[in-house]
Amino acid sequence: MIALTVLAALLATLPLVLILGLLLKQGASSLNWAFFTAMPKPVGESGGGMANALAGTMMLIAIASAIGLPVGIGAGMYLAEHRGGRLASVVRFLSDVLNGLPSIVVGIFAWQFLVRPVKHFSALAGGIALAVMMIPLVARATEEMIRLVPNSLREAALALGYPRWRTSLTVVLRTALPGIVTGALVAVARIAGETAPLLFTAFGNQFWSTSLTQPISALPLQIFSYAISPYEEWHSLAWAGALVLLALVLVISLIARFVTRSRFGHGHD
Amino acid sequence: MTDQSPVTRAGNATGVPQVGAVAVENFSFWYGAKQALFDISLNLVPREVTALIGPSGCGKSTFLRSINRMHDLLPGTRSTGRILLDGEDVLDRRLDVVQLRQRIGMVFQRSNPFPKSIYDNVAWGPRLNRRPSRSELDEIVEQALRRAALWDEVKDRLRTSALGLSGGQQQRLCIARALANEPEVLLLDEPASALDPIATQRIEELLWELKKELTIVIVTHNLQQAGRVSDRTAFFYLGQLIEYGPTDQLFTAPREERTEAYITGRFG
Repeated sequence: MIALTVLAALLATLPLVLILGLLLKQGASSLNWAFFTAMPKPVGESGGGMANALAGTMMLIAIASAIGLPVGIGAGMYLAEHRGGRLASVVRFLSDVLNGLPSIVVGIFAWQFLVRPVKHFSALAGGIALAVMMIPLVARATEEMIRLVPNSLREAALALGYPRWRTSLTVVLRTALPGIVTGALVAVARIAGETAPLLFTAFGNQFWSTSLTQPISALPLQIFSYAISPYEEWHSLAWAGALVLLALVLVISLIARFVTRSRFGHGHD
Repeated sequence: MTDQSPVTRAGNATGVPQVGAVAVENFSFWYGAKQALFDISLNLVPREVTALIGPSGCGKSTFLRSINRMHDLLPGTRSTGRILLDGEDVLDRRLDVVQLRQRIGMVFQRSNPFPKSIYDNVAWGPRLNRRPSRSELDEIVEQALRRAALWDEVKDRLRTSALGLSGGQQQRLCIARALANEPEVLLLDEPASALDPIATQRIEELLWELKKELTIVIVTHNLQQAGRVSDRTAFFYLGQLIEYGPTDQLFTAPREERTEAYITGRFG
């Protein structure tokens, strides 16, 4: 029995190891400084990079975080403080459904409401689509972390004459903060590689753009369009892009781990 | 009031105005449909320690937490009757509960310091409520820690984490934190139940000092402790106040049969 579970545990981590190995083998050769700083070259010219896609991904993450974090954390605080309420259980259920929603559906939704009315693709629409994916993740992580804050701390603040809202902000939220930061980083890592919600919102762009209202490139989109192209050079760039994307997600996850560690590092319990 | 100790009299001589009188009149309390307290009436006397005793679930903690309205947080609770603090009904919804809780400090069963420095823990209440200058705040923190008999042990490490203190020190820190608000009444919910005998003794000695200036109410499971620290004792059973009187009398010559049964260990 133990041997079987060990085998299952190894099998569970095997894909990541294989993917990493494959990406290193196929992508490392195209990975150089120009990849990060140069713009894509036209077909036939060798070299070129994905600077626009990297910048685009950063911008989309920034837009998604600016919208998704406040809403998600606020909703999580509400869920934690009113855990038994009817509205809270409805919101909790719906956010779980939203969490399980296929990302392509989120993309179609954003296209319908943010792209069609203005008749062109935009970075803003892509960022909002990603924010929609982030909100349930952040909300549930926040709720769990706030619930871990001992009730005795809440009572201590209230008994000292702190109003309820101030207790929530100064004691509860601050004690839960490292956990919430971890949850937020996990959510960022999750959306950083999303492709489907961006297909008909951010759409992709061969040129440098930082405009909110124009189509914008993103690493996953660029990887997608390069990978399905018939050109050998673009294929290897796509591999390199995939490697960078994986590295980005790994780094964010590591930071999240570090933040969690420092949370349990101080204090007694 | 004839049983007041010399210590208590000395406290009165300091000229502190007589505040902190709590009069409870026909107080009943419900958690949802379940009635937890039945028609409680008693007077808590300033500069005295009142002990609330009784078996688990008898309502003594519920009663204690009603005095500073900690039940406000729980949905579905309600009460009838009055609890007057210096003549003002604390249960009046128009009363500012934030101010009320500054006048009535509370110390809990498990010490619950904030995961902050010792200094910040004590400064927590005054920072919000009085907005003192830095030097005033230093003074308030030192005074509160001195009153809680903790100053000498922590004065060199005020900026270190409160979680590094021992259990007994943490509990005295929580007392100091409550005292920094300059309360009139101090409620203690089994403050020593998680402490070793020496730490317990220090808390008890502290109460003797603090009652010179405060009205003190302590819930305890420990009858010896009630006997040692309190001037008056109230015995609760099944949500009713069975007997309330001077501690000496209640322990040596209880009027009620149930009181006698409890203090002689026949139940509870």
